[in-house]
Amino acid sequence: MSRVIKVTGILLLGVGAAAVCAPWLSPHDYATTNFGSTLLPPAFADFRLFGTDDLGRDLFVRTMMGVRITLVVAIVASLVSLVIGVAYGAIAGYVGGRVDAVMMRFVDTLYALPFIFFVILLMVAFERNFLLIFVAIGAINWLDMARIVRGQTLSLREREFVEAARLTGVSTARIILRHIAPNLIGIVIVYITLTVPQAILVESFLSFLGLGVQEPQTSLGALVNAGVGHMEGASWALLIPAALLALILLCFNFLGDGLRDHFDVRRSR
Amino acid sequence: MLRYTLLRILGAIPTLLLVIALAFLMVHAAPGGPFDAERRLPPEVEANIAAVYHLDEPLPQQFLRYLGGLVRGDLGPSYRYRDYTVSELIGSAFPLSLQLGAMAMLLALLLGVSAGTTAALRQGSNFDRFLMGLSMTGISIPVFVIAPVLVLLFAVKLQWLPAGWSGSSGPGKYVLPVITLALPQIAYIARLTRASMIDVLGRDFVRTARAQGLGMATVVRVHALKPAMLPVLSYMGPAIAAILTGSVVVEEVFGIPGLGQFFVTGALNRDYTLVLGIVVFYASLIVALNLVVDILYAVIDPRVRYR
Repeated sequence: MSRVIKVTGILLLGVGAAAVCAPWLSPHDYATTNFGSTLLPPAFADFRLFGTDDLGRDLFVRTMMGVRITLVVAIVASLVSLVIGVAYGAIAGYVGGRVDAVMMRFVDTLYALPFIFFVILLMVAFERNFLLIFVAIGAINWLDMARIVRGQTLSLREREFVEAARLTGVSTARIILRHIAPNLIGIVIVYITLTVPQAILVESFLSFLGLGVQEPQTSLGALVNAGVGHMEGASWALLIPAALLALILLCFNFLGDGLRDHFDVRRSR
Repeated sequence: MLRYTLLRILGAIPTLLLVIALAFLMVHAAPGGPFDAERRLPPEVEANIAAVYHLDEPLPQQFLRYLGGLVRGDLGPSYRYRDYTVSELIGSAFPLSLQLGAMAMLLALLLGVSAGTTAALRQGSNFDRFLMGLSMTGISIPVFVIAPVLVLLFAVKLQWLPAGWSGSSGPGKYVLPVITLALPQIAYIARLTRASMIDVLGRDFVRTARAQGLGMATVVRVHALKPAMLPVLSYMGPAIAAILTGSVVVEEVFGIPGLGQFFVTGALNRDYTLVLGIVVFYASLIVALNLVVDILYAVIDPRVRYR
C-alpha cells in the first residue's frame, strides 16, 4: 500500500466519522435558529467551532450534516451508476459482435452530451426530491464504468472457465451473473472511488445553484452558496465548507489514483 | 477527406435528434403544467392558454411543431418573459458567454500546454512533482469553490480587482471570471500534455532528431509538439462542455448577465421553454464543436480518415 492510499484513506475515514458523530458531540442542533447569535466567528467557547450563520444556526453541526448528505448522495449515486454500468458493460462485452458495436456507439453518443444540463432540466420538470437527485446523478456517471467493465469482460469471455460453463449449457444470463460479474469486482472497486468524487461534484453543483437539497437540510454545496452571501463580514461561513469540500474531493481523487496504480489495472480510456 | 467530413456530419444528426427528443420529453413528461398557479384558473381560460401555446395537441405533433420551429431558428415563446421569444433571449445573452468562454479556452490551452511540456522535459524532478500535485488540486476543486475564494482574496481583501460585473468598467472585470473558468482546464490539459509528451519524446524519430544534433527546444517545437497535441485535441470536446457548465456558476457568482444566468433563473422560475431552448442550444453547440474537433483531428492525423 502506498502512502497516498493510507493518508487519504485515514483522512476520509476521519471526516466521515466526524460527520456521523458530530451532531451528538455538539450541544447545538442543525436547524434551530437563534437571532441572538447570528454570524458569530469560530470559537472554542460554547462549542462554536465553525461559528454561526446568518440565522444563528451552528455551522459546525450544519457543516457536518452537509458532509453526511454529500457523502450519502455520492455513495448511493455511485451504487446506481455501478449497477447500470456493470450490467451494460458486461452485456455488451459478453454478447459482443453487432450488439456490442451498437451499445458502445450509444455510449459514445451520450459522452458528447452536456449531462448536467439534463439533470437541471429534470430538477425543473419534476418536484425536487432526494431520490431523484440520486438517480439522476447515478444515471450520468455510469458511462466510464460501462466502458471499463466491457473491456474487462471482453478478455474474461475468452477464459477457460467461461468456455467450460458455456459448454455445459449454462445460460448467458447466468454466465454473466455467476462467472463474469464476480471477476469484475476488483476493477469496479477501484473505479468506484473515482466515481464518488464526480457524484459529489454534481450534487454540490446542484445545491450551489439552489436546485439540490432543500432547507433546513443542507449539503456542502448549499453551505458554500450561503457563505458567498456573507463573505465580506463572515468569511468563515464560506471558507470552512469550501475547504472541506475541496479536501474530500482531493482525497477521493488521490485515493482512486493510488488504488489504480496499486492494483495495476489498465489505464482508463 | 470530403467523404470523411460528410460521414461525420451525417453521424452527428441522430445524436442531435436524440438530444432534442430527450430534452423535449423530459419537459413534457413533467407533472403539472407551466401555468399552474396558486389560484385555479377558470377552465375556459386554461383551455385558451393551452390553445395559444399548442399544449392541447398530441405530444408527437407538438414535437414536430417544435422541430419545425427549430429548423427556422424559432425556439418558441418564453413562458415567463412574456414579450420575448426564447431565441431573442439566447441571442442577447450568448455573445457575452461566448467571449468569456473563448478567452478561458485560449488561456487554458496556452498555459496548460506550456506547463505540461515543461513538466515532461523535466520528468521526475521536484518541479514536475510540484506541478502535477498542483494540477491534481486544480482538477479536484470545483469552479464554485474557486470562484468565491478568488473573489474573497483578490476583490474583498486585497481589492486589486472588481468583485462584480456591473458597476465596473475596463478589462479588470474579465480577469477573475476568465481565470476561474480556465483553472480546471489548465490543470487537465497540463496533465494530458505531460503524459503524451513523455510518450512522444521516447519515440525513435525524436532520438534520431537528437542524434542529428538538434537542440531539445527545436525537437519539441518541430517534431514532438504536433503528435503530442492529439490527446489534447480530442479533449477539446469535453473541455468545451466543462467550460459551458462552469460558466453557469461563474456568471452566477460574478453577476454576469450571460446565458448561464438565464439558464439558472429559468430553472428556478420554471420557465420550461427557456430552459428547454437553452439545453437544446448548448447541446447543439457541443455536438457541432465536437464535429469540428473530429474533422481537425483527421486533418492533423491522416490515419484517422481511413479507419
